[in-house]
Amino acid sequence: MISGFVSVALGSVLGGMARYFVSGFVARRVGETFPWGTLIVNVSGAFLIGIFGALAESDASTLASPDPWLFAVTGFLGCYTTVSSFSLQSLALARDGQSSRAGSYVVISVGLCLAAVTAGFTLASLFK
Amino acid sequence: MKTVSTKSAKWNAAILYACVASGGMLGSLARYLASLAIPLVSGFPLPTLFVNVTGSFIIGLYSTLTGPDGRWFAGTRQRQFVMTGICGGYTTFSAFSLETFRLLHEGRTGTACLNIAISVVTWLAAVWLGHRLARRLNRLKGS
Repeated sequence: MISGFVSVALGSVLGGMARYFVSGFVARRVGETFPWGTLIVNVSGAFLIGIFGALAESDASTLASPDPWLFAVTGFLGCYTTVSSFSLQSLALARDGQSSRAGSYVVISVGLCLAAVTAGFTLASLFK
Repeated sequence: MKTVSTKSAKWNAAILYACVASGGMLGSLARYLASLAIPLVSGFPLPTLFVNVTGSFIIGLYSTLTGPDGRWFAGTRQRQFVMTGICGGYTTFSAFSLETFRLLHEGRTGTACLNIAISVVTWLAAVWLGHRLARRLNRLKGS
């Protein structure tokens, strides 16, 4: 029980800093007119969770035990990816009169994240 | 002089990282607690929906309360701690993606589509409601 909380806490500290780094890095490179940073964070996180999800299906995998899963998935990837920034950015685009950009952001985010989790899962299943 | 200013810029960046990391840890622990407390209803990923909807509401409320016309002053550090840290760590796009994928993988296409539709609509409605409530609170100022 306690080790579960510790695993989530450690993973989330790394995941939060990774998100802050990646989204800041992308924003500085390509500008902030469109939320590319959050999009890249969420899509890459979806790809990784697909890989981890496939690996956890075999009992021999480290990820099949609770604490490594809580560290890598609930902690790290859970904190790395974000819905709150996604929602706020969609609202900001819509309020700014950029409804089509807001709509594209929503559709592209959901579409690419589902494609990425499928790709990660399929890829990891091939190499198992 | 130049070395002093780069030093303080680095120190400032380190503090912002610490704000995000500590907030993210609190948010993630709250998300973990929610996942332990909220049951799955016939395989529907309710815990993830709950954190994403409440997290969207909180970020909408807080960002407008502490925004340019807000009644509540918050500096960059507090905003990063609450928004990028707590709200960012509390909500999760990756769990939503994996859970939707698993439903599709199990052939439960209807439930998967329902999860996508309900999630996107309620996330956006929640951030909008939070923003509207904060605007009302902001207008109370001085009255």
